[in-house]
Amino acid sequence: MTVDLSLLPDGGVGWLDASGQHADIVLSTRIRLARNVDGFAFTGRARDGERLRVLSQVREAVASVPSLREAVMYRLDELPPTSRALLHERHLVSKELAGLETQHPLRSGAAVFLADGLGVMVNEEDHLRLQSLRSGFALQEAFAAIDKLDRDLGARVPYSYHNEFGFLTACPTNVGTGMRGSVLIHLPGLVLTKEIGKVLASLQQMGLTFRGLYGEGSEVVGNFFQISNQTTLGRSEEELLDQLLRVVGHVVEREAEARRVLLRDAGYIIEDKLWRAYGTLRYARSLTFDEAMNYLSGVRLAVGLKLITSLSVYTLNKLLIFSQAAHLAFAEGRALTESETSLARARYVRKALDEEAGSVG
Amino acid sequence: MLCDSCSERDAVVHLTTIENNAVHQLHLCEKCAAERGVETTVATPKHPLGEFLHEVHQQVASSSPDTVRCTFCNTTMADFRATGRWGCARCYTNFEPGIRELLRRVQGNHRHVGRSYRPPMSETFERSAVLGELKERLRRAIDNEQFEIAADLRDRIRVME
Repeated sequence: MTVDLSLLPDGGVGWLDASGQHADIVLSTRIRLARNVDGFAFTGRARDGERLRVLSQVREAVASVPSLREAVMYRLDELPPTSRALLHERHLVSKELAGLETQHPLRSGAAVFLADGLGVMVNEEDHLRLQSLRSGFALQEAFAAIDKLDRDLGARVPYSYHNEFGFLTACPTNVGTGMRGSVLIHLPGLVLTKEIGKVLASLQQMGLTFRGLYGEGSEVVGNFFQISNQTTLGRSEEELLDQLLRVVGHVVEREAEARRVLLRDAGYIIEDKLWRAYGTLRYARSLTFDEAMNYLSGVRLAVGLKLITSLSVYTLNKLLIFSQAAHLAFAEGRALTESETSLARARYVRKALDEEAGSVG
Repeated sequence: MLCDSCSERDAVVHLTTIENNAVHQLHLCEKCAAERGVETTVATPKHPLGEFLHEVHQQVASSSPDTVRCTFCNTTMADFRATGRWGCARCYTNFEPGIRELLRRVQGNHRHVGRSYRPPMSETFERSAVLGELKERLRRAIDNEQFEIAADLRDRIRVME
């Protein structure tokens, strides 16, 4: 059995549509809430039967939650690795839930409910990881949606809650609000002007942290950073998000300023660098993932600076997702070796850019 | 993910450092993280959780509270040190003083001020929740061959049913 993504109205990637605010700099906004169902050991300590009971209890509750009425459920524990990797590459499930990490083998009862911009992972590190995903910089909208979902679900399933510590989670870094708000942001200007170190260091002073494209433990590639709140206790959800909103807003301004400085002080060097990135993507015959990410970063900057006008941010967003290994294998209809993947990636990128851009200039 | 340093144990501490405007990421197991915390005094900031785990480790060496088990899931402090994860909601009550201190270190605070929550409550719901938990504890007691506890739990379940 393989995963049928056509069940999802937007393929689960509506958040790529570049419709949000500052879409050329901020790709997406995600908020997740960690919750546990009372009366069961946390996922890591639970036995198979417990996890299955958690899933059936949640499944029953989800059926009457308004925002999840149309939700599609995927049982990760019944899907082959390629399908699970596909869901992970679309940012719809975590690597841990997909059973793609060596220290976290696939668990029985691992499942995800997906609806328009909303998801509920079941039997992740916590029984429930609710998430809300939006295009661009949209913290308030993402929070409104997830808060509603949380209240509806929490009225049907008893969450583990402690008067002093708040919502209880397996890891002490999530207890309290259980909330992690994160903004996926593209900062090539700050990297090129070497301002990035200062900006990232100041984030940490503000109680925020950053990670790579795939969240915790992932590397920073292609100048994409995920900025999120570090703590979950001692401040309310609104205060945490307000802080994130203000700081990310400031980072966006700094990035825009860095881009202006680059164009003003090093116009032709930058222009040459970005067109070379574009040239490589249009004509290369083999691309590794990191190469593709780095060149896409350059082209994305060129589009943001309006040096390249024939490409949309939406196309670039789609390339980030669809040029990943599991997506390429899915499109080719078979497993690919590493070198075959690099060839398929270059082919896919060339085709997408040809279709959209046509003539160069 | 394996520890970048020893390549033997699972990495539980993810360190991000910035040097000369370059971002470095390091994934370490608890032991190597604790070791670095001691050895390096300048370049690598210590992860708050790593630091705490290291201290817990030292405390345990003297007072060995490893025998204290969570009444619901049997988790011990040793388990927490190994994984960095609690076993169930009841651990938060069973290890409350230690957890308060842990949260103060890791999060800078131990008091939740976000939205408060009241679980859905009706008499039947409450009864089935209590019954469900007793049954879960019974299963665990049988698994662990704690037959006296199991007999007691079975009696309480009978009364409720």
